[in-house]
Amino acid sequence: MDALPVVWFVAIAVLWGGYILLEGFDLGVGMHMLFSARDEKQRRVMLNAIGPVWDGNEVWLLTAGAGTFAAFPYWYASLFSTLYVPLVLVLLGLIMRAVSIEYRGKIVSRAWTRFWDWSIGLGSLVAAFGIGAGLALTTTGLPIDANGDRVGGPFVWLTPVAVLGGLALVGFCLVHGATFLALKTDGPVRERMGGLVPRLAPVALLPIAGWAILVELQGGNVVSWILLGLAVVVGVAGWVFARRRREGWAFTGFAAFGAFGAASIFAAVFPVVLPSTIDPAYDLTIWNAASGGYTLMVMTVVTGVALPVILAYQAWSYWVFRKRVAPQHLPEPHDAVPAVRPDAVAGAR
Amino acid sequence: MDPLEIARWQFGIVTVYHFMMVPLTLGLGLLVAILHTMWVRTGDEKWLRMTKFWGKLYLVNFIMGVATGIVQEFQFGMAWSEYSRFVGDVFGAPLAMEGLLAFFVESTFLGLWIFGWGRLPKRVHLATLWLAVIGSWISAYFILAANSWMQHPVGVEFTDGKPVLVDIWAVLTNNTVLAAFPHTMAGAVAVAGGFLLGISWYHLWRRRRDGIDTVDAKGRVIVGEAPEIPGRDARDHRVWITSLRIGAAVAIVGFGAVAITGDIQGKLMYEQQPLKMAAAEAACHTGTSFSVLSIGELGSQDCDKVTPLIEIPGMLSFLAKGDFTTELPGLNQLIPEYQEKYGTNLPDDPIYGERSGAAIDYLPNLEVTYWGFRIMIGFGALAAFAAAVALFITRKGTVPNSKPLMQLAVFGILAPFGANAAGWIFTEMGRQPFVVAPNPNPSGVDGVFMFTAAAVSPGVDGREVIFSLVSLGLVYLVLMIVEVMLLARFVRAGVAGVMPELFAAHDDIEPGDGTDAGAGDRDDVLAFAY
Repeated sequence: MDALPVVWFVAIAVLWGGYILLEGFDLGVGMHMLFSARDEKQRRVMLNAIGPVWDGNEVWLLTAGAGTFAAFPYWYASLFSTLYVPLVLVLLGLIMRAVSIEYRGKIVSRAWTRFWDWSIGLGSLVAAFGIGAGLALTTTGLPIDANGDRVGGPFVWLTPVAVLGGLALVGFCLVHGATFLALKTDGPVRERMGGLVPRLAPVALLPIAGWAILVELQGGNVVSWILLGLAVVVGVAGWVFARRRREGWAFTGFAAFGAFGAASIFAAVFPVVLPSTIDPAYDLTIWNAASGGYTLMVMTVVTGVALPVILAYQAWSYWVFRKRVAPQHLPEPHDAVPAVRPDAVAGAR
Repeated sequence: MDPLEIARWQFGIVTVYHFMMVPLTLGLGLLVAILHTMWVRTGDEKWLRMTKFWGKLYLVNFIMGVATGIVQEFQFGMAWSEYSRFVGDVFGAPLAMEGLLAFFVESTFLGLWIFGWGRLPKRVHLATLWLAVIGSWISAYFILAANSWMQHPVGVEFTDGKPVLVDIWAVLTNNTVLAAFPHTMAGAVAVAGGFLLGISWYHLWRRRRDGIDTVDAKGRVIVGEAPEIPGRDARDHRVWITSLRIGAAVAIVGFGAVAITGDIQGKLMYEQQPLKMAAAEAACHTGTSFSVLSIGELGSQDCDKVTPLIEIPGMLSFLAKGDFTTELPGLNQLIPEYQEKYGTNLPDDPIYGERSGAAIDYLPNLEVTYWGFRIMIGFGALAAFAAAVALFITRKGTVPNSKPLMQLAVFGILAPFGANAAGWIFTEMGRQPFVVAPNPNPSGVDGVFMFTAAAVSPGVDGREVIFSLVSLGLVYLVLMIVEVMLLARFVRAGVAGVMPELFAAHDDIEPGDGTDAGAGDRDDVLAFAY
């Protein structure tokens, strides 16, 4: 075997890591809209901070999923079928969240916007929890047989590790989202989130630290321990900056914490992508789960060409929308009323 | 509980649902990009209004395609893990390319377009929309390439019981996708044409109903104004009559292209999947006749009970081969051929679960294939004919003051959607009992095929699939109602619903373009926000 499966292990780590870093704050903002915002104006400021970019961020999930399918079809098939129930919940959460973002402002009515706020908040929460649980389980193992199929019922995945992983991603998204809002908004939301981050981070980041340490104890190596050490250093730095309200540096610190944390977890499990809790002989590794060399080569070329371009134009879109969103920037909401002669409406009723 | 049948229903339902949103996204996106281009080129405010109005409907629909699209990608691994393992070496690549080369472009640049009004220079802003639309068209190409491989596997070698990719270019230039892509895109464009036509008809009718527009003795429109109704100025009439004509023309051209590409695709299918095309005709016996109407019990799946009532001799040969004499094989001839090649019973393999060793039914569901094929063609032709009639009726600048006719025009929007859905149901059901269809012709790779019965996830329980089918189905149903309600709301509001600034009470507001890069800085209020 050649180096291509290793390259693709790194590529998948980058795609999932990119997803968590970018959509992480979108999901966090969704939850803060429900739990932390104090009024309609604050919710709109939060939503519009991610407005232009959230959909592009979500493509990282699609690409991470499809990339896993293309490069490691056995991993994709076993993981996704074993986690059938949680992934249905993730899908429902993502669907409701996406539609809510687009639809909540389309009708000016308190009941309407409140419904979609719950949908955004719970959708983001469920999606973050489910994806976190799934990623944690693929690092610690699931009961799969020789063919890679699940042994046991629909809820066999529901273990303490799944809960830990779910809380890990939810906690990270909350911190990341709050830091993002402090950086990207102005006015009451910036004030509130800036004050929240230093209090929130030490608690909310505990589960992700727990997951990382669990994986390290399971099969850590020198590289993964070093990466974990770096994650702790930049995480603490982010917290220090957050206390001093250095919003840009705080965001950088926590983002780097997420990146190093993800890298350390992936490095610790390498080369196993999905351990079997039934028999280590059934473990899926980058060697037995990968596509053929030709497919991997094609995907390497396509990704090698496309990814830098994607990063460039996504960076440009962040540059275009670099201004902080403040309450006074938001246009007054307006309702779409029928362009009909009033007596005609009355007559129709 | 048997997960296979439920999983098939689930795949069919979520996919047809997804493909309600997608053709409108693909077709309307192109039209909005053209309207926006006209605005940038001419500076005529009519085009700006059209861009804003149709653009809003485009976005309300777009998000539903995005939201339901995630399910499409995840469900292969979730419900069809054996399929994913079997085809992973080939099938994952176009899906990943779709993400890398299409979805990123589409989503990122659409975000730039939505929020870019007033922030980006005019031409850059226009370019972001074009990039988003091109991205969506590229994504359609990749997913059709993946689907075409299931219809006609190419570019692989059969190694250790599995197809192994050896030529990605062959997969991406599969003659099946080269035929399917223009056919599908033309269908999408026809959907958008019907959408413009029906909605514009409503507004022209509303203007007449409200006494704004009248007609003279010769039936020519006399355009009026109603300052008390936001948006109903004289220019408003031009918005709708232009939209209507564009919509009708696009629907006609779209349908013409659908017919031409459909003919090419049909001829190809006669080579690649003769069984599917015989099922489309419920043609039990070998012959040359095209069935206009067959009666009897199609549902009985028994060829002896199907009676062709009206037939056109030679027509089928013409459709399939371009002459009037070639005998096309009927089901009674094809099924024994398939049995000889691919067996009469499923192999004794644990992959088939309880079905291992069961007899294989090669006959597709005739009711579905026969009527699916006819609904596809019938609804499409009906929509094109209606569009031509609409062009004639509106030649003097407006529509008749008739409510039933308006309702017909609005309901007519559904016809091309129905044709699209029927076409997909036909082509996917006609492929059964295979999920990857074998190709008897020389251009397919021999031995690469998979029975649908082998594709489902062995570890997944029937109850889980019912859970996902019911929960997704309910959410989809509610969201469909919400989407249609929102669309109807924006439709009724007309241009004033999307450009309130144009019709604000004070007259001193310049009916500006909103795209002037400097404009946003003056008052610092965003041109658009959620």
